[in-house]
Amino acid sequence: MSSTSSMNLDDLIQEFDDLGDWADQCELLIDIGRDLPPFPDEFRTEENKVHGCQSNVWMVADVSESDPPRIELRADSDAMLVKGLLTIILMTYSGRTADEILSIDIQRIFQRLGLHRHLSTARKNGLAGMVKRVREIAARVRS
Amino acid sequence: MSAAPLDVLEIRRDFPILNRPLETGRHRKGLLPAFLDSAASAQKPHCVIDREREVEEQFYANAYRGVYYFGARVDEELEASRAAIGRFVGAAPEEVVFTSGTTMSLNLIARAWGGKFLQPGDEVLITDMEHHANIVPWQMICAERGATLKWLPLTDDLRLDLDQLDAYLTPRTKLVAVTGMSNVLGTINPVAEIAKRVHAAGALFAVDAAQSVPHLPVHMRSFGIDFLAFSGHKLFGPSGVGVFCAREDLLRSMSPFLGGGHMIDRVWKDHSTWAEPPAKFEAGTIPIVQAIALHAAIDYVTGLGLNRIHATEEALLRYAHEKLTTIPGLTIHGPAMEHKGAICSFTIDGASAEDLASLLDVQGVFVRHGHHCTMPLHDRLGIAASVRASFAFYNTREEVDRLVNGLHFALDRIHSRS
Repeated sequence: MSSTSSMNLDDLIQEFDDLGDWADQCELLIDIGRDLPPFPDEFRTEENKVHGCQSNVWMVADVSESDPPRIELRADSDAMLVKGLLTIILMTYSGRTADEILSIDIQRIFQRLGLHRHLSTARKNGLAGMVKRVREIAARVRS
Repeated sequence: MSAAPLDVLEIRRDFPILNRPLETGRHRKGLLPAFLDSAASAQKPHCVIDREREVEEQFYANAYRGVYYFGARVDEELEASRAAIGRFVGAAPEEVVFTSGTTMSLNLIARAWGGKFLQPGDEVLITDMEHHANIVPWQMICAERGATLKWLPLTDDLRLDLDQLDAYLTPRTKLVAVTGMSNVLGTINPVAEIAKRVHAAGALFAVDAAQSVPHLPVHMRSFGIDFLAFSGHKLFGPSGVGVFCAREDLLRSMSPFLGGGHMIDRVWKDHSTWAEPPAKFEAGTIPIVQAIALHAAIDYVTGLGLNRIHATEEALLRYAHEKLTTIPGLTIHGPAMEHKGAICSFTIDGASAEDLASLLDVQGVFVRHGHHCTMPLHDRLGIAASVRASFAFYNTREEVDRLVNGLHFALDRIHSRS
């Protein structure tokens, strides 16, 4: 499988389309999840946990000094599939300003990837929880 | 001497869903589903599905209300179902109440009995292995009534610590509520023995029989069970119907649960009086079609014979244990096999339960993952989540092999070995 570390969102959507089958897409999600940057142990706290998820998910944000400030996100999970979903979330949101984050309709991206068809209700709730956390972070930065 | 196992391949023909090849997914298209989640909800045989259709096609009407032919037929079938359930669990028909499921039944006991009889300082005893349905209603009613909820711990080999039971039964203990069989550990609890000790301490005894009723005989009278709760959908019957049973004198002494039609005797503007049990606890329209079809499920199960069902499941459990324990890093969370029913909840080092279940799904092997509505138990086990494979009499050794091979496939993907 081609290296996924330099993949951007458009490449990912294309590759999802090419694969077509959820089993293969699952495997791709697991692969891209492997490229999530290492997450420092000291950030795996209750405070950084994203709730509503079946597996453990942690997320932290670094806000740059620039004007407007940019939000760098870091995240991790103990489930590989979830790491893949987090990669998509980070690809979409990380490095952007608060305004940009709040104006992105990530549901369209999930639909484009067909995730709404293949993810269980529980996993969709977890995903919604992760998106909610990112948006909360952005809303706090903006205020 | 144990009974002869069932002819599983023959029996599987009775379950339409088990014979339909899967239609989607590269790895599983054309394969039959390996359904290993009966502990969550069981599949239904033709006779149950047909019975539901028959009611709706031939004589459906509301229950206990119409004098016309359909109404009379429905009433007759409901009472026949009630009597059959009573025979199945060792209760009189008047002691059998139709509910929407085990959860509603347990809430009913907590509210209608607990709400009336629990006093400040009283104690309710449950255990560390309970399902949320046998925890949360007690938390709620104890908080409201100023009673204390206590928890009987488990032994190291994940059975109830009955050596400590006497210490937990105090003069203030009013009710003890225990699962007949753990939906995670598979642990079978010796309910008749526990009942004796609970009664000796002057308390009442409730059993959450959701998991145990499909697998083990239960007899309320001879076991000494005061309150029994179970679900139709785990007993190969329809979803939406469950049962609550209690001794008749208890039913008379309890407050009603839901108020409305049918559960009343007379309604005036300033007060109402109640119908006799079981009607007293069947407000509104019960799940009519489902309650009638539950009779078909019970007939099916008694036709096979619980002893033979148990022998079949025991043999499969043995095989599953043997095969699963060959996987490096796999731990089955539960007691020794002689103390459990056909449930295997396990974790594998270095692999998350969610990933394993997802990758098994992709191969047409259907298991559950998570905390299985037993968060306190998972805290006690020290694990965040587990994968649970649960077996019924329609499962095969081939399906166990698919589970094990499927786990190897999943582990390869997770560790990027292929």
